[in-house]
Amino acid sequence: MKKTISDLLAQEVFFRNMTKDQLDFIAGCATNVHYRDGEFIGLRGKLTTHFYLIRKGRVAFEVEAANRTVIIQTVAESDVIGWSWLQPPYTWRYDVRALDDVSAIAFDAKCVREKCEADPVFGFEMYKRFTRIVIERLEATREQLTDMYA
Amino acid sequence: MIPEPFTITRRQKETVDTFTIELERESGPFAFQPGQFNMLYAFGVGEVPISISGRPFATDRLVHTIRDVGTVTTALGKLKTGDQVGVRGPFGSSWPTDLAEGKDVIVAAGGIGLAPIRPAIEQVLAHREKYGRFIILYGARTPESILYGRDLGKWSARLDTDVLVTVDRASRSWRGHVGVITDLLRNAPVAPENAVVFVCGPEIMMHYVVLNLRGRGFSGEQIFVSLERNMQCAEGRCGRCQLGPAFVCKDGPVFRFTDIEPYFGVREF
Repeated sequence: MKKTISDLLAQEVFFRNMTKDQLDFIAGCATNVHYRDGEFIGLRGKLTTHFYLIRKGRVAFEVEAANRTVIIQTVAESDVIGWSWLQPPYTWRYDVRALDDVSAIAFDAKCVREKCEADPVFGFEMYKRFTRIVIERLEATREQLTDMYA
Repeated sequence: MIPEPFTITRRQKETVDTFTIELERESGPFAFQPGQFNMLYAFGVGEVPISISGRPFATDRLVHTIRDVGTVTTALGKLKTGDQVGVRGPFGSSWPTDLAEGKDVIVAAGGIGLAPIRPAIEQVLAHREKYGRFIILYGARTPESILYGRDLGKWSARLDTDVLVTVDRASRSWRGHVGVITDLLRNAPVAPENAVVFVCGPEIMMHYVVLNLRGRGFSGEQIFVSLERNMQCAEGRCGRCQLGPAFVCKDGPVFRFTDIEPYFGVREF
């Protein structure tokens, strides 16, 4: 039997312990997408129309600095990318590029925001989960700032 | 103990500030345990503690990887093939590779911390059948500062060993992982059941790795760390390297984490 997006989401750590209704709810905003190696998923300054759950492949966050491109982080399977959709002005802070052929589930940001507003219980669940990601990345950034291999 | 003269037979630049020297002893083989260190004497300049980073079973040559950070290491860096270095040692405790037999072994190394742990990695690989899963995690500032790139490639090519490497930042030519070493722990197939972890690197890096491991259910009993301190006598007499009740030169440099936990990362220790 072919798996639905809701079935796929249920297997992912990010969505663990969400109710069937909540998974169906968010699956209504989701589509499967694919990016080729080197293709941009998001561009700095552009509107964040979607956030993504990576199912296959690796993705790099890049920034142009002093006429060169610096990769500041890479993420991979089961990682969620994009939290610029949570707060105005809803624009990407970095360039986001596929490092391999990438398969992902894309979530329509406007659709999810509206569902969060309409259903505060669902909205709180989503914000809790994104807060965990934000905290993890903040901690990682602080670790990087210590220049820990010096 | 008086320094014994060894002759430099090979010298190799590793990274912008790190080099490796191979030394030969006139009087014969030099045996050591993985994790131990020697006091290297640059004649007329001074002595520094440097971990032994060669293969423990290749006793015909002594290998040290050194970072050029001070007067003595700069002097050592200027020596050429054929020059002599004074050696006292080996000193200190070792990575408990025997205790790890039958268990999964996880190595987490950062920066030049791969040097003191390379003998333990080689020891495990030489007796691979005695161990469970073997996972090597390594973090460096940039791709250019990765130590022992060839060894990492060789270990990674083995089907019985997982090698994960990360750097803090990179250009587009780097195809590997970018992020902190604790990120690797998140993605690596590490589990606390029947496992031991050897952690080696700057203390701040070990602090974060241990914190992360504890969060994943590893106990302090399962974790071993290698510490660095200024040393002078290297025989537990002068007190220069004292850490609480322990002397890093004699009781360490490799400690079970629980044995030094009260003093680990504490100011003034």
